[in-house]
Amino acid sequence: MTTGITLEIPAKAEYLSLVRAVVVSAAALDPAVKDQRLEDLRLAVSEATTNAIRSHANLGSEERITIRCGLTADRIEVEVQDRGPGFNPEDITPIGPLDQPGRLNYEGGFGIPLMRVLADEIKINSADEGTTVQLVVYTPPSTESS
Amino acid sequence: MMLGITEQFRDNWVLLQINGEIDMATGPELRQRIVHYVQEGHVNILIDLAEVDFIDSTGLGVLIGGLKRTRGHDGDLQCIGLSESLKEMFKLTGLDAVLTEKDT
Repeated sequence: MTTGITLEIPAKAEYLSLVRAVVVSAAALDPAVKDQRLEDLRLAVSEATTNAIRSHANLGSEERITIRCGLTADRIEVEVQDRGPGFNPEDITPIGPLDQPGRLNYEGGFGIPLMRVLADEIKINSADEGTTVQLVVYTPPSTESS
Repeated sequence: MMLGITEQFRDNWVLLQINGEIDMATGPELRQRIVHYVQEGHVNILIDLAEVDFIDSTGLGVLIGGLKRTRGHDGDLQCIGLSESLKEMFKLTGLDAVLTEKDT
């Protein structure tokens, strides 16, 4: 990562808006990034951070969630790291169509599928001591001369 | 972050105009309002999302929960005022198949 920022937040939903604003503002420093990609990033980061906050439900309030955002010449990388109990990403079963009978009984199940659609790359590393979600959004070559 | 919710009663519909962002922080407030209306017998709910800057999967879950709750009482929940990005999100998640946009 050539330039970047790091945020540490309490695992509280009230901080989601701040995380979205900071990450998108950092990504927007690259003038080549199109607005639609910023929106994709905003949603994907929100989903990852929401999952991280949920994973801290049974942890003490002093445990923080770390969000790192870095810009390189061709990509924006965001890492969301929590200290919650991990999970096996392979165990996540795809959600069925919403018009499928019984699907409306489940209000969740959109977060990871949305991240997979919105980001160009996603890696989930999960262990007993926490989970790190890495999101990558490719950026077009900048036309600005420096 | 606060969620602005204003209500209007039209025929047998409750129109909720939402202002702000719907996520894990604000979604519970909207959920409580929907539950309240259904409990009071207002089972047809129209949600105007034109002033919603952002909605994530938690927000979508609130809408799905509201849809299930209203339909469970022979009512309905519909949305209007979807921006292009919200329409795209509804499409990505399949929500467009069940939460059809009401003609205005």
